[in-house]
Amino acid sequence: MALVATLASRNLLQDRLRFVATLIGIVFSVVLVMVQMGLYFGFGRMVTTMIDHAPADLWIVSRGTKSFEDLSLMNTQIGDRVRGIQGVADVVPVIIGFSAWQLPGGGMTPIFVVGSDIAAGGIAPWNVVEGSAAALSTAGRVAVDKTYFGRLGVTGIGAKSEIRGLPAEVAAVTDGIRSFTTTPYVFANLDSARSFIGLPKNSASHFLVRLKPGADVAQVQSAIQSTLPKVEALTPAQFRKRSRSFWLFGTGAGAALFAGAMLGVIVGTVIVAQTLYSSTKDHLYEFATLRAIGCSKGYIYTVIILQALISAILGFVIAAGMGFGVVAATAKTSLPIVITPELLAALFLLTVAMCVGSAVAAISRVVRLDPVMVMAR
Amino acid sequence: MTESLIQARNVGKTLGHGAGRVQALKHIDLSLGGGLTLLMGPSGSGKTTLLSILGGMLTPSEGTVQICGRSTDGADAETLAEIRRRHIGFVFQTFHLFPTLTAAENVQLALDVRGERGAMARARTREVMTKVDLAHKCDAFPRQLSGGEQQRVAIARAIVAEPAAILADEPTAALDGANGQAIMALLAAIAREPDRAVLVVTHDARLTGFADQVLRIEDGTLLPEAAASSNVYRIRGSA
Repeated sequence: MALVATLASRNLLQDRLRFVATLIGIVFSVVLVMVQMGLYFGFGRMVTTMIDHAPADLWIVSRGTKSFEDLSLMNTQIGDRVRGIQGVADVVPVIIGFSAWQLPGGGMTPIFVVGSDIAAGGIAPWNVVEGSAAALSTAGRVAVDKTYFGRLGVTGIGAKSEIRGLPAEVAAVTDGIRSFTTTPYVFANLDSARSFIGLPKNSASHFLVRLKPGADVAQVQSAIQSTLPKVEALTPAQFRKRSRSFWLFGTGAGAALFAGAMLGVIVGTVIVAQTLYSSTKDHLYEFATLRAIGCSKGYIYTVIILQALISAILGFVIAAGMGFGVVAATAKTSLPIVITPELLAALFLLTVAMCVGSAVAAISRVVRLDPVMVMAR
Repeated sequence: MTESLIQARNVGKTLGHGAGRVQALKHIDLSLGGGLTLLMGPSGSGKTTLLSILGGMLTPSEGTVQICGRSTDGADAETLAEIRRRHIGFVFQTFHLFPTLTAAENVQLALDVRGERGAMARARTREVMTKVDLAHKCDAFPRQLSGGEQQRVAIARAIVAEPAAILADEPTAALDGANGQAIMALLAAIAREPDRAVLVVTHDARLTGFADQVLRIEDGTLLPEAAASSNVYRIRGSA
């Protein structure tokens, strides 16, 4: 190890209690930021889960629709007109809406119905662990997630209930299709879904558009827009971005998560700055001695910054371990914390920046150091 | 003949401000060319201030100082540090060793700050530790060494990069008589090396036997010796 690194690491370890306090500060800060940002990404994924699983090249929605869950009805004739546009291979209507599930012991619980013709390539339930999605083609048959068995009062395939007074039977069970609104998703075919929600037979909330091989997405999108100015044709990426933008920023949820993350950064920076400054003050005569023997300011800055980096790396490793624990613990919850490799890399850089930034206070103290002070002691 | 290694011309130093303003040094002319020089005087006479100026740690309020031909006049803190790094080795009264580094690491640090690293630096460190009779204590931490041993490590640190001048501030003050004598013998031996000047600030009259030249300072002024008619002191070999 280079001598400058030896000096930095031993300076840190000389006061172990303070070093532990520094690490706790960093870990607390990084875990807080990690959880907040993990929630942000998790929420971002949850709000686009239907878009992510829909087999569409383009989505047709009413103009101004903010998200997948934003119910705005269109006439099915719009689908027929889109089908006639050059490059379009298929158009599948989708219907969504809230309804009420009859509980076995009386009373009702709200549900979010997602209906489309699965045989025609609509939104089919995924991760089916019991039964089959194809069974939903029969009227009144539905798919529910096993996470919501308790909420819905069912135990599995064959369970019977009523939705808005209409008979419903569980024909497929999924695993992990959680709703960020906490209202259970219930999949059904298009006509059944319309009945469950109470909408007319010519209504649709979205259209999934699939293009012919070789068709240009942008050209078809433009053609739809010019033919049907009252609707919007969005690529899945555009619809995802719009949904995330609405749920994360339109509702203030994202801002709250970012504010929490910022708080973590501030707390971490202050703790590390305080401990580094205090450590530097304790070693002031040593730094003055270094200056007296002709050491450059750069060398002293290196010692302090290395101390910050060592703290950052150790703190980050501990925090990352805890972060992965949190990810595992929340994986099956309604709002899982998602830590992507990009987030992890960004957090590492943030931790390093936070710790090195914290060294500024310590460095500013050393800048004012007069080497002659070693003569007076 | 040895060139003048450190030269002070009409140096004055004022410390403090307002009512606390003190003229610490007045009209100092001095030329160090080699050998061991003792700078003696009572407390508050300006010994340490003069040592600090000659070592480039302080700049004079008046006059000029040249260290190995380089003027400290108008030099900024980084330039002064660079001059010290290249030409001066310091020995302090309370050693100022790094408690978290071993004896050898303390010595090697003086090479490290000069950018000298690797096997050659380690070999040079071992060589100097042998020279100060502490080869067997290379891996000891300062707290595991006696006062005399710590001062030997400090001397090794001062000489490891072979600076032209070694400036020692009361190097025996924290030691008992025997250790003090041993340290002075070591410094005297170092001073006998070619192109090497050692200036020792002390108030201990028992150390004069080691000196090639003794300077006395009182109230910020160098006192002329009986044989000298001016306060310019030419040390052995100076120009």
